[in-house]
Amino acid sequence: MTMPLLTTFDEPSRAPSTTLSHLQALEAESLHILREVAAEFERPVMLYSIGKDSSVLLRLAQKAFYPGPIPFPLLHIDTTYKFREMIAFRDRQAAAIGARLIVHTNQDAIADGTQPFAVGTQRCCGLLKTKALLDALNDGGFDAAFGGARRDEERSRAKERIFSLRDANGQWDPKRQRPELWRLLNSRLGPGESVRVFPLSNWTELDVWRYIDAERIPVVPLYFARERDVIVRGNSLIVPEQPFVPLLPGERPRRVRCRMRSLGCSPCTGAVRSDADTVPKIIEELIAVRHSERQLRVIDHDQDGSMEIKKREGYF
Amino acid sequence: MSGLLRLCTAGSVDDGKSTLIGRLLYESRGVYEDQVRSVEAASRNRGAGPIDFSLFTDGLKAEREQGITIDVAYRYFATARRKFILADTPGHEQYTRNMATGASTSDLAILLVDARHGIREQTRRHARIARLLGISSFVLAVNKMDLVGFDRDPFERMRGEFRALLEDLPPSGGRTAAMTLHAIPLSALHGDNVTTKSARTPWYDGPALLPYLETVEAGRALAVGAFRLPVQLVLRPDHRFRGYAGQIASGVIRAGDAVTIWPSGMRSRVTRIVTWDGDLETAFAPMSIALVLDHDVDISRGDFIATTPLHVGKRFSADVVWMDERPLDPERPYVLKHSARSVTAEIDGALALNQIGRVQVATARPLAFDPYAENRITGSFVLIDPATNFTAGAGMIADAVGDPRSAEVAAGVAARLARAARDAATDRAAVDAVRDLLEEILT
Repeated sequence: MTMPLLTTFDEPSRAPSTTLSHLQALEAESLHILREVAAEFERPVMLYSIGKDSSVLLRLAQKAFYPGPIPFPLLHIDTTYKFREMIAFRDRQAAAIGARLIVHTNQDAIADGTQPFAVGTQRCCGLLKTKALLDALNDGGFDAAFGGARRDEERSRAKERIFSLRDANGQWDPKRQRPELWRLLNSRLGPGESVRVFPLSNWTELDVWRYIDAERIPVVPLYFARERDVIVRGNSLIVPEQPFVPLLPGERPRRVRCRMRSLGCSPCTGAVRSDADTVPKIIEELIAVRHSERQLRVIDHDQDGSMEIKKREGYF
Repeated sequence: MSGLLRLCTAGSVDDGKSTLIGRLLYESRGVYEDQVRSVEAASRNRGAGPIDFSLFTDGLKAEREQGITIDVAYRYFATARRKFILADTPGHEQYTRNMATGASTSDLAILLVDARHGIREQTRRHARIARLLGISSFVLAVNKMDLVGFDRDPFERMRGEFRALLEDLPPSGGRTAAMTLHAIPLSALHGDNVTTKSARTPWYDGPALLPYLETVEAGRALAVGAFRLPVQLVLRPDHRFRGYAGQIASGVIRAGDAVTIWPSGMRSRVTRIVTWDGDLETAFAPMSIALVLDHDVDISRGDFIATTPLHVGKRFSADVVWMDERPLDPERPYVLKHSARSVTAEIDGALALNQIGRVQVATARPLAFDPYAENRITGSFVLIDPATNFTAGAGMIADAVGDPRSAEVAAGVAARLARAARDAATDRAAVDAVRDLLEEILT
């Protein structure tokens, strides 16, 4: 931690008990959003991506409706290329919480042999993530879908609304987004329209980890550093879980102490060299290291502004 | 001091706002090294020197190409002392709605001016919007001091002019409230007085911008003031539990406190304050909690649980910021959303996009509310165009129209009627009891 810039700070214990820490303030705001959606939409669903943000979202949903159960199902878009540890964690968590879990895969695309090295990352994402998601939302007749996206993740997300309006084709038009003032969220929809809802809009990656630490929220063990067999390719560390990941001449897996900073499909999500094997060590590492988490996603390297393009097409 | 400060920024085109925010993010580690590299590469392409800080904040591809900022963008940064949520709003006059949006959730506003040009019409407009939206803490950031040779005179002149301007501005609802102004001479481009004090302004004895933001006490303390809980959801997981869930708008509540439900006026008592983390003895704004009351009362989403009376009525005056390209049409009904309740409303007034004005509102059903000057949550509403579903207007309630006592009388009547109906043994008897009571009241 850096030292405070000013040193005239002498109000620790006498501070009034009626102020919230910033994590408590963020939590209160997120619960308000979750409850508002449950009250105003016919068929909400929570996108569950198994990552740290989803884990936080799930805990917030438990809190928002306590002592009742979470009043909507979870939806996982399974590309079939997710890390194996993620799937095991997903099934354990859903069972532990007693939530209804819907798993959807674009089976036709898988049968056609869709994978990133055959069709390219952009087309692979388009078929296995974007199309699969739009189909699943359509099949379920869902009018509101929660996601764990944060505005600090990527530049094009800084202007995302908490209620992000999508047209009948699930697409996003930056010019049609509605102003959001105070705590007032406009949930009115036209025929075929839906919203993506982002209760973690105002959280940063560091907030998410600090909350996981404070609340002792379980996360996928892939986030913690240990020795793993990876392919070292330039700055990328790729976990060779899928047989179709091609080895370049002379390449073979090496044991590297590393961890995942964000989770996705194993062929397209790089690991980082790290010794952080506990949540507090991850927080220390985040404060010291200054790389944005999305840099480690191979998929975002395609072109400048690629996230904005994916979003317009209906990607989360 | 709250661990979270929400603030907004505004300035005219070319006042260097994006550069200032980019530098704040950069210096407080709100941007990452790979973003720095990508911005360095882009800066080289545009020939804007080593690092063009403004590129950290220009988000959407469309606006990067046009070189302007066209929507509210939210930025996050933190120091060891505090976390900041910054609503970055563009300076163009046609985007007044964005300024209002950013200000609605902010406790402090930074208004940026160019040291060479001074206070301009745009600055006055931004100050007026910020004040109208209830902001009482202002920072005047006099930027580009390097271009006036770090001269004290223009800075002092602008500070005096801005103070006079603020003092002349009517706050929301025409009520006066304490206001603070802190003016800082800086150069966002060169980093003077942004995170550390500059040696080039020896005549300035205040803190640099970031240290000031770390310690400023801004915004009205939500927990001070009368308790109000807008009921968002009635939680009924089984027949034994009935909890009223919401985010506290203001004030403090303790288990055992007597409360009144608005707009019905029925009374009850808090028996439990329920959260996932366990029952609480005390809860305060802005916590999200659920209350259990000591007997079943008829409460639904949109009602308020409060310790002191709200205004109840169907008519009030309000200041409205118009945000839709279709002008306000007094002939058409709008959907008015106030806390967790939506009602049909007619609005008497004439406003076009980005205009602000006082209007008269008539709602189809009674609302319980406070003036905006007293409570930013229970005093605010949005107007939704039912044809397009666009959020067309943002309103701040100025005053109830009509006899102020009529609300409490009406609420009392409602409570008596409800009690008469509840105490009756059969539906038939309830109808009779309500009819008799109404006749008694009306004659």
